[in-house]
Amino acid sequence: MKKFFAILLTLTFVFALTSCGGGADPAAKSEGVMTYAEYDAAPLDSEVVIEAYVQAKQSWWEDKATVYAQDPDGAYFLYDMACSAEDYEKLTVGTKIKVTGYKGAWEGEVEIMDATFEIGEGTWVAEPTDVTALLANEAELIKHQNQLITCKGMTVEAVEYKNGEPGDDIYVTLSLDGNSYSFCVEMYLTGPDTEVYTTVGTLAAGDVVDVEGFLYWYQGVNTHITAVTKVG
Amino acid sequence: MKKRLSVWLVLVCLLLLPILTACHGSKAMDPFVMPEEFDTTRQYEITFWAKNDTNMTQVNIYNKTIEDFQKLYPNITVNLRLYTDYGKIYNDVITNISTRTTPNVCITYPDHIATYMTGTNVMVPLNGLMEDGTYGLGGSALLFDGPTKEEIVPKFLEECSFGGAYYALPYMRSTEACYVNKTYVEKLGFTLPDKLTWDFVWEVSDAATAKNADGTYAVNGQNVMIPFIYKSTDNMMIQMLRQKEAGYSTASGEILLFHDTTEELLTTIAEHVEKGAFSTFKLSGYPANFLNAGQCIFGIDSTAGATWMGSDAPLVDISEENLVEFETVVMEIPQFDPENPVMISQGPSVCVFNKEDPQEVLASWLFTQYLLTNDVQIAYAQTEGYVPVTLKAQQSEAYTEYLSRAGEDNDLYYQIKMDATNLLLSHIDDTFVTPVFNGSASLRDAAGALIENVNKSVRRGQKVDAAYLEDLQADVLSLYRLNQSREVNGGLPELGRLPTASVVLLSSLAGVWCLIGLYLLREKIKKSGK
Repeated sequence: MKKFFAILLTLTFVFALTSCGGGADPAAKSEGVMTYAEYDAAPLDSEVVIEAYVQAKQSWWEDKATVYAQDPDGAYFLYDMACSAEDYEKLTVGTKIKVTGYKGAWEGEVEIMDATFEIGEGTWVAEPTDVTALLANEAELIKHQNQLITCKGMTVEAVEYKNGEPGDDIYVTLSLDGNSYSFCVEMYLTGPDTEVYTTVGTLAAGDVVDVEGFLYWYQGVNTHITAVTKVG
Repeated sequence: MKKRLSVWLVLVCLLLLPILTACHGSKAMDPFVMPEEFDTTRQYEITFWAKNDTNMTQVNIYNKTIEDFQKLYPNITVNLRLYTDYGKIYNDVITNISTRTTPNVCITYPDHIATYMTGTNVMVPLNGLMEDGTYGLGGSALLFDGPTKEEIVPKFLEECSFGGAYYALPYMRSTEACYVNKTYVEKLGFTLPDKLTWDFVWEVSDAATAKNADGTYAVNGQNVMIPFIYKSTDNMMIQMLRQKEAGYSTASGEILLFHDTTEELLTTIAEHVEKGAFSTFKLSGYPANFLNAGQCIFGIDSTAGATWMGSDAPLVDISEENLVEFETVVMEIPQFDPENPVMISQGPSVCVFNKEDPQEVLASWLFTQYLLTNDVQIAYAQTEGYVPVTLKAQQSEAYTEYLSRAGEDNDLYYQIKMDATNLLLSHIDDTFVTPVFNGSASLRDAAGALIENVNKSVRRGQKVDAAYLEDLQADVLSLYRLNQSREVNGGLPELGRLPTASVVLLSSLAGVWCLIGLYLLREKIKKSGK
């Protein structure tokens, strides 16, 4: 009898520990929740229900939050999602959320708008996907829209402050193999007090950099840079 | 001894009362009093929060203006903070009012000033400053050739008057224009009339939704076509209502937005959304981007956005390979009664915030006036389809010569921009503004939200009928707090409920006074009993 209880106790502990450790499959979806493929296939203006993990918070104002979220299969831009100030604090990187809203597209950026959310159990943080080789292939690149990505060995062509001076967005043009690509340091996502904002401000034409960021879309790819490393 | 104690108690309470009550909230700022003379022996540092239209030329003009002003007044340093969004300036000002860190001078919209004015003496009424013979408009001690009061376009100046006082000066003025792809209108078999009507725009827009067998749009052969895009839906609703002579609000702040005409307009809009003929900036994107890509036929935006419009626009946000060649025509916004056109007057104004030091306020006022000098007015107006706000600038040789050179290049003399400017210049008397009161900014948002919600709902398969419109009205009333009582400008602001700490404090004080009263009464009864 003692042995039985010991084994039962051990099994209970093992089960409990694995549950706490976030060992659940981050791609798994609750009932009634779309897979990324289903979300991707859903028409614009349709209602969508997704589960994903917060990767970055862009802004909060008057109970509306804009957030980058991702699961292992794809990413989501949650624009002006209903969110109290208190809940916004809970949306740390990796937090799992279930989001209900409408699929929309603004200037080519596919997003979920008029959304509400609830916080779920579990955490997961995305590793950046290297899309350097896809930059010239927009049809393939767009499949990674809103994902945390990295581009390596990019040459700086131009760095321009939106207002001609620090404070607002920074427009960055990077090139690879003779093609130019638009990037942006978005002040609400990474403002003037962040390392990436300062570092990008010091870049000069000809510098070679690796960048990390979210694959935002505005009339074409316009990645929001979150990290930059000068490599040459 | 007991008598002495009671006297002491009363005295202590009386002494404590003003101290304790002073703890509740900070002391309001004293009203600005005009100094006798501007003290040039002192150094002043003022901040200027300015808005540009994501246009570096405008930024450079602000910088040059400050540089030129500081040469005239070396004891005044102007620190510029740049914005590209009026809403962000508004939010930042609101945040800074409580900490008394507002800017000295700020580009703003009148609706926003009405909210700023709910704080006591936060804003400086400009009447006294304007009329001052020494430092006022055209004043004798000014070190620059600024306009007199009479030289400011009266209509524009009146737009800055609330509750009987001026709280701003106009800086630039614009209106809305309809930027039309004439090539596509004609390709669809229509002829552009001299003046646009709503019926014509809807008819052409509906026709433009026709598709080829392969699913592309017949008119442009592309997968995307939003025939009619409106940038500012609050303006759309406001102007439609004004054209219909239907209610929006009274001057004193009574909300008149919800009525049969509004419902008719929303029902019409819903019908065209359903056909895929109409969308908005908020839901789809910038009219200019769709227009320039040949994916839009009627784009309504500010005349101050004219440099982004057309195949040859000097400012373009889409890639070169997506640009389509077409003939652009700048027209008045559509009208219900084209013989009596009505359009909104908009554009930045400049306000001055009050400070503890009247000399600092005077320095701010000098800079504010400097923004109305010809050099600044003409240079800034040339950056977009803006109109200078002074007759002095409008009638100057430099400005008339500028206008005469329309179309000489696709930069400074860009034809579309000049057409947009001329549109307003020839319709100043047809422009209007909406009443300004505490809450008018919310009402404006609500007017736009009605259209935005209808647009979204139709796309999401909802039926826009009487029941829907009733619910929409209730939602908008609640969301924008339009069902709350409000005081007009100049009145007392709504302060809301007292904080719990204040309630406790005031209750305690009342309790102490009651106890003192009871004590004194008891003593009196005792004495009279003796």
